[in-house]
Amino acid sequence: MTNIAFVRKKEIPPSAPPITEVGLIGWLRQNLFSSWLNAILTVLSVYFIVIMLWDFIPWAYGGHWNTKSLRECLDLDPDVACFSVLAARWKQLLFGLYPAEEYWRPTLTFIFLLLAIVPILFPKFFRFFWFSIIYPGLAVWLLWGGSFWSISIVYIGLTFGTLLFLSLIRRYLKNYMIAAILAFLFTAVFFLFISNPLVALLNVILPISLPFVESLKMGGFTLSLIVGVTGIVASFPIGILLALGRQSNLPVIKMICVGFIEFIRGVPLITLLFVASVLLNYFLPPGTNFDIVLRVVIMVTLFSAAYMAEVIRGGLAGLPLGQHEASASLGLTYWQSQRLIIMPQALKISIPGIVNTFIGLFKDTTLVSIISLRDPVGLASTIRADQKWNGIYWELYVAIGLMFFIFCWGMSQYSQYLERKLKTDK
Amino acid sequence: MKKLFLGVLTALALAAGGTFAGTLDDVKARGNLLCGVSTGAPGFATIDDSGKDVGFDVDYCRALAAAIFGDPMAVKFVGLTSAVRFTALAAGEVDILARNTTWTYSRDTDLKQTFLGVNYYDGQGFMVKKELGVKSTTELDGATVCIQVGTTTELNLADYFKENGMSYEPVPTADNAESQQQYLAGACDTYTTDASALHGTRVNLEKPDDHLVLPEIISKEPLGPLVRHGDDNWADIGRWVLNALVIAEEKGITKGNIDSWKDTKDAEIHRLLGTGDGDILAMVGLPKNAMYNAIKAGGNYGEIFENNLGATSGINIERGVNASWTKGGILYSPPFR
Repeated sequence: MTNIAFVRKKEIPPSAPPITEVGLIGWLRQNLFSSWLNAILTVLSVYFIVIMLWDFIPWAYGGHWNTKSLRECLDLDPDVACFSVLAARWKQLLFGLYPAEEYWRPTLTFIFLLLAIVPILFPKFFRFFWFSIIYPGLAVWLLWGGSFWSISIVYIGLTFGTLLFLSLIRRYLKNYMIAAILAFLFTAVFFLFISNPLVALLNVILPISLPFVESLKMGGFTLSLIVGVTGIVASFPIGILLALGRQSNLPVIKMICVGFIEFIRGVPLITLLFVASVLLNYFLPPGTNFDIVLRVVIMVTLFSAAYMAEVIRGGLAGLPLGQHEASASLGLTYWQSQRLIIMPQALKISIPGIVNTFIGLFKDTTLVSIISLRDPVGLASTIRADQKWNGIYWELYVAIGLMFFIFCWGMSQYSQYLERKLKTDK
Repeated sequence: MKKLFLGVLTALALAAGGTFAGTLDDVKARGNLLCGVSTGAPGFATIDDSGKDVGFDVDYCRALAAAIFGDPMAVKFVGLTSAVRFTALAAGEVDILARNTTWTYSRDTDLKQTFLGVNYYDGQGFMVKKELGVKSTTELDGATVCIQVGTTTELNLADYFKENGMSYEPVPTADNAESQQQYLAGACDTYTTDASALHGTRVNLEKPDDHLVLPEIISKEPLGPLVRHGDDNWADIGRWVLNALVIAEEKGITKGNIDSWKDTKDAEIHRLLGTGDGDILAMVGLPKNAMYNAIKAGGNYGEIFENNLGATSGINIERGVNASWTKGGILYSPPFR
């Protein structure tokens, strides 16, 4: 029984894994050639990528940058890109017809935009949130110009209104509704009767103003950003309110929200843009100067808000009913439970959908070229109408596509970062 | 409620209609002319590398602004796509539309607009590769044709081939850009659109001499400026500025020599340039030297044509029917008296 011929006393040293399972070969086998089907797909994909780059790289790399016209490019070498059009027109693609000596204004507005979104995107910079609040007014003033005070007065009025509301609640009243109505009345009186003389006075005491630039001059990527960013920022809160309204128990609010969402979603964006550009002029009193960019921004915001509402409703529906009941059982009011329990979870679920809507909205801004606004795509056809560049397609569209890609990719990357950061379940 | 709504709409419409009278006064009060042009039509309107508005239609509006204000720069150009051009004019966003727009019966009547005349006789043409050996559209029987869908050119094409007992195979495209790409890729033997656009496209092809714009024009596309119905004086001003440019070419008055006509015996020139005794431009509310300023702005019709569509522009369109009637064309202005 105990006559055992051999007992291993030491463990066999682990042998190296087969060469086909590690290193580059292993990676290739596991990821690209794990089965016959995958192997075929890999080979095909590589083939297509290579034939695309085979044409694209020499075309783009050898491109002309310094010629004066497409004709010159073609005479030099017709087989490579004629990027000279970008060299001649990049300012127009970025700034539209904005006066050249004022280019610093949209540039500064853009730099401030980056600064203003940091406190919103990254919580550790939240103490700079005041700048994000100031930013919209600052941007409007920088882009359109005019008197500094006619923009600041809006902030002054709203600040007074808010302070009044808060102090009323703290000191005298416990009723939110009455405080809100009083604060609103005060603000209305301020804007109706006090603001204009005050602006006139301030203009005399301390005249700060920039040359006025009309909306007709806005264009290029500046316009895309104006419409896109405003639409994105404004549609988010409106979307949340609409989503809550749609789930509300109050029939009137629910009906209004459902009606709005379904109406807007039932109409193509281009129709709304036509309404903004064409139809509103018939209905508004003659002589009304309702800015075309403002009209477009409002329509794009409403459109996007309806979609946003449904995305957020999806997030709300994804929460178990127990969450509502649990927050109610803790004695939280409706708004408290929304703010502390429901929304943080619902919004987290909705992140991919929200960013999806944002990206879609940003790219939809190119539709404004159909109603004559000079966004980059509209400018491309304007540039082609110059005989010097008549017949140039790829170079312009590649450049415009690249600019849009950078922004959309950035948004997508941020959403993935946010999802990783907020991931609580493993 | 519904009645109230309709009532409000009517009131607004009436109020809107009310401002349509006295466009000249509105323009003068504003200090500049609002001119609707294309957002991009080669030769007719575009923006150059430095951001300046240039083009055939642009120069017409500059002449009009010069006639009113004595300053060709007192004009603001509003780029309009074909989708919004008529509503922009009707809604008063622009004072005049000079946007390579074809004058047709229904646009004149149904859309309630007044065409001021024709500043360019365009028409649908064909481009072919020279190697095809085709010299005339009558030899295009059985050809494949790249054609923009949903345009009048599509209907004209069908009519033309039917009339001439020929057959063709359409290759539908979305716009001129796609037509051009398809044609170059060999998807069609010929591609068709307005002849002015064909010329502009051909010049910038890789080897322009390999391509030929056939001489036949198969449709009438008279392009011209237009204004809203309801202000005949304003329409007269626009019409006669256009006529003045045509007369100037006929008489040989150019931007360069315009100051050397003081001693001419031609009474019409004196009336036109305001160098005579009478002041006939007061009838429409323009200064006496309005047409002098208009011609001085960008030259006469022929000069404007050369600079934007002819040899100087690089598009190289021949004058053809757009020459003065004295030179075998059909441009003919009524007398200025």
